[in-house]
Order: sequence, then structure tokens, then C-alpha cells
Amino acid sequence: MILLDFEEPIGKLQEQLEKARQIGAETGLNMDRTIKEIEKKVIEKRKEIYSNLSPWQRVQVSRHPKRPYTLRYINAITDGDFIEMHGDRNFKDDKAMVGGFGTIDGETVMFIGQQKGINTKMRQYRNFGMANPEGYRKALRLMKLAEKFNKPIVTFLDTPGAACGLEAEERGQGEAIARNIYEMFGLRVPIVTVIIGEGASGGALGIGVGDRVLMLENTWYSVISPESCSTILWRSREHKVRAADALKLTAENMYDIQLIDKIIKEPLGGAHINPTEMYKITKAEIKTQIKKLKQISPEKRIEQRMKKYINMGIYNE
Amino acid sequence: MAEENTGWFSRIEKGINTETKNKKDIKEGIWYKCPKCKKIILTQEHDINLNVCNKCGYHARVPAVKYFKLLFDNNKYKEINHHISSADPLGFVDRKKYSARLWASEKKTGLKDAITTVIGNIGGHKIVMAAMNFEFIGGSMGAVVGEKFARAVDYCLKYKLPYIVLSKSGGARMMEAAISLMQLAKTSAKLNQLSKAKLPYISLCLDPTTGGTTASFAMLGDINISEPGALIGFAGPRVIKDTIGKNLPEGFQSAEFLLEHGFLDYIVERKDLKQKITQQLRMFAN
Ligand SMILES: [Zn+2]
Repeated sequence: MILLDFEEPIGKLQEQLEKARQIGAETGLNMDRTIKEIEKKVIEKRKEIYSNLSPWQRVQVSRHPKRPYTLRYINAITDGDFIEMHGDRNFKDDKAMVGGFGTIDGETVMFIGQQKGINTKMRQYRNFGMANPEGYRKALRLMKLAEKFNKPIVTFLDTPGAACGLEAEERGQGEAIARNIYEMFGLRVPIVTVIIGEGASGGALGIGVGDRVLMLENTWYSVISPESCSTILWRSREHKVRAADALKLTAENMYDIQLIDKIIKEPLGGAHINPTEMYKITKAEIKTQIKKLKQISPEKRIEQRMKKYINMGIYNE
Repeated sequence: MAEENTGWFSRIEKGINTETKNKKDIKEGIWYKCPKCKKIILTQEHDINLNVCNKCGYHARVPAVKYFKLLFDNNKYKEINHHISSADPLGFVDRKKYSARLWASEKKTGLKDAITTVIGNIGGHKIVMAAMNFEFIGGSMGAVVGEKFARAVDYCLKYKLPYIVLSKSGGARMMEAAISLMQLAKTSAKLNQLSKAKLPYISLCLDPTTGGTTASFAMLGDINISEPGALIGFAGPRVIKDTIGKNLPEGFQSAEFLLEHGFLDYIVERKDLKQKITQQLRMFAN
């Protein structure tokens, strides 16, 4: 079990638990009561810590190495009935952006999302979930495919940002993201967007224009990561905690300023503690939203989608 | 992001002033030294030449009003929605308060925010124009830029007018965090409406056009155009350089580079801008 720095008290209890089990095994003594008590303490401690997470701590949870990524959600939600599709038909197949048709209890849905890797090798293979222009273009191709066959679209957002480099610029990273955002406003099928980890900047929004935008409890969404914000505004990386506060990037903040539609509760201790439960909750929520959205005509849905985003912004006049 | 690009450019500007014996005169604005070919000419002469170097053709950055003067017939235009200003919706504080930054920027520039929207005629064609102000917090896009952009599109829709946007921006405004990010969506939604009404949209990408602006309206023109040498990109050059740990190739992210890679329709010299835009508008109209 990988523990985050603020979870240290849980770690201490887990050590005690381990010791109790060991004693039980070695001496044959009945340790059941002790074990149960410690287990109860672990849950209580976790409740205490998780009921009061700071924005920076939420960022840490959103990046937990054991946190489930897009393909695991898709596989669980579709119960394995998923066909991954590849390529933008122009340049190549971007491994940081995945997608394809899958079914939710028999109904076909187009799933699209940024994909992170689970170990060093895979993280590189997935470019840390940072898509290149061809990734955004693949996503758009799949969205148009969904529209053609009148299937709803579900997008999973989990990226530290769009890929940054010579090739990304050569192939028009800005244009690719802009085009997706623009085209998503015209899609005639329902779009449900779920932020499952990191929602960083245009790289996230490039597949994130939704009729319903849902954020998991321990995720963040902003124009820049706390670290980069700290570097630019405070001229040092050390102020990431303050930057996380200032950016108002948590699900709760985002809901309060009406930039998202709903917060999805995570299992106690975060999605990684009980992924099965997390998939179940997410699946139920997606089903509910699609059902509601299907009752609206495509014209009306597009109109409402546009209106929602056009109303975003607070200013003086 | 806005701030870092400001830093990058101010370094270049500092470079202009360091290696000359006429330092004082240049600072006082009598002389202008071209940052590219280092030629020194009278500032007055440089102004007459539309702030373009008469030796090497370097296009210096100029404020929006100079474009209005250059483009609008008889320098006549009317500003709309002047009154909208930033509200500091998140109560953002870094080393300074965002509200203090806004106040200082307004005082320094005489502008309300990073965009000015106007109506006027170019070569007899009535158009709506939104011009970004780089001097206002790096031309960064927050809720005010989004809203004034949106209202300018509404004006186009109401009176069936073409829309011209002069981008000059370091990107989204960090101090408005996710609100600024959503302006990418807001402005793109408005352009979708404009497109459905079959009204032309010309995107003129000026030096510099980076970040959120590039990832939204600047790259969405029916035609995308630029001036020679303008910097256009998604990530800022310094960020890319830090990421790849290498110096960037010569001319990387220049207008010429974007033209070559297929993201611009053409590049126009400043002196030809009015004539070219008029020609373009005529072709849309007839
Ligand atoms: Zn020169």
C-alpha cells in the first residue's frame, strides 16, 4: 500500500495491524479482537483525514500511483464489452488518448479519455497522459463516428496537460485543441464528461465540453497545475500548496463557481482504496445522465450546451 | 501562460537597451534600435513606417489603437462594451493581490482589460473587431475577454457583420484559474454560432499569440493570417525549451513556420494589411 505524506497516521495503524496478525500467526493466540479494533481505528482515522483534505492534498490523491485510469473505468463499466479504436487517420496513433465503442448494460456508447501508464515503462508509452495533436484528432474522429451512428459520448479527463514539445507545435497543438472544443459544441449526441484524475488546462478541455460535466471528489480542474502556477507567479516551485489554494481547483470549488454540474463521491480514502466501488458509482451516474440527456432533442441539447458555457464568467459592468 | 511570456519578451526588450552608447536617447524615445538588425533610426521615422524596420522588415509590437488607425476608414470607429471590467471572482492572491494587479494595469495602460471591441468600416465594409491588448497583464484571457468577445459576436449576428479578431496574448489569465480556462469554450461556442450564421471570421494572429488564445479562437478563423515574424504557438518558447532541454531551432513558432506547417492562410506585411483585408472582405461579400 502506497501512502501519501498526510496519511502517515494510517500507516502507523496498519503497522500495528500487521504486527497483530503476525503475532497471531506465530503464537497461535487469538488476536481477532485486537485486529478488529485496529481495523476500526484505521477507518476512523481515514474518515478524520479525508473529511478535511486541503486542495493540495486532493491534488496528491488525484495523482496517487494506484488510482485507476481511463481504460480500467471503461473495462469495468462495459464489463469488458469494449473495442478500442486507434489512429487519427492522418499521422499516427496517440497512446496518451484512448477510445472506442463499448456497451453499458447493452447500450452502445463511445468512450474517449486520456490514458496514463501504471509503471515506468507504461508511463513513457502513454507519455504520462499528455496527448499530442494526433490524440485530439483521434478523439474528434471518434466523436464524429459516435455522432454518425447516434451513440452518446462519454469522455474521461485525466491529464497533467497537453504534450509540450517541438513536434506538438509543428503539428498544431493549439489548433487541434481549439478544433475539438469548437466541434464539440456542434455534436448532435449527448456528451457526458467525467474528471477522474487531473484536469489540467486546454489539454483536458480538448475532450471536455460536455452536456454534463462531473468531477470525482478527489480530482482537480484548472488552467494550470499548482506547481507551474507557483513557478510563474511566485517564481519558485515551493509555493505549490498556496497555489493550489489560490486556484480554487477542487471539485467543491468548481461546483460552487458553477463550472461543473455535479460531484461524484469517492469511496473513503479515494478511488484507489476501492476501485470496484468507484466503477459502480461512476457507471450508475453515467447511466442516469445519459438517460436524462436522451430525453432532450439534439437541437435543444446543443442550445443548452452552448448556453451553459457562454454563461461562464464573472465580471463587473 | 501570460506572465512567463511577458518575462521572455521583456528580456528581449532589455537586450535592445544594453549595448549602445545612445542608451539614454533610446530610453527617452528619440531613437529606436531594431532588435533584429540593430539599426538605429529616429523614433518618429519608425512610427511613420508603421513601426516596421525599414532595413530588415522587423515588425515591432504596437498597441491596438495603431491597428484601428491603420485599418479603419478615416480612422473612424466606435468602441462597444467599454465598461466591462474584471471582478477578481476568486479573490486571487499570489505575491500580489489580483485586484491590485488589475488596478495597476488599468492605471498604467488606461485600458479596462486585455481586449477592446470596436465597430467601423474597412475599405467600405462594415465590420466588428476585437483587438487584444498585450500591455494589459500580457493580453491574458479572463472572463472580461470572454464576455466582450461574446458580445462582439452577438453584434455581428444582430447586424450580419463579419468579425475580425486581432490576437495578441500570452494565454489564459491564471488569476481567474478555471474561469479563464472556460473562456476557451465560451469563445469557441460563440464562433460556432457565428459560423452557423455564415458570417466570415478573420483571425489575425499578432506577436505574440500563445496558450489559451491559440487553443481557441486564434486558430479557428475561416482564414488565419499573421504578420511577418509573429510568434504563434500553444506552449511558450521558454516552456518548450525547459521541457526538451535544448535550444529551439531558428524561426520555430514564427508566422512563417506556421504557414509552412499549414496553420495560416497567408502572412501580410503591416503596410499591406488594410488593402489585403479589404480584398478579403470584398470576396466574402460579393
Ligand atoms: Zn531591422
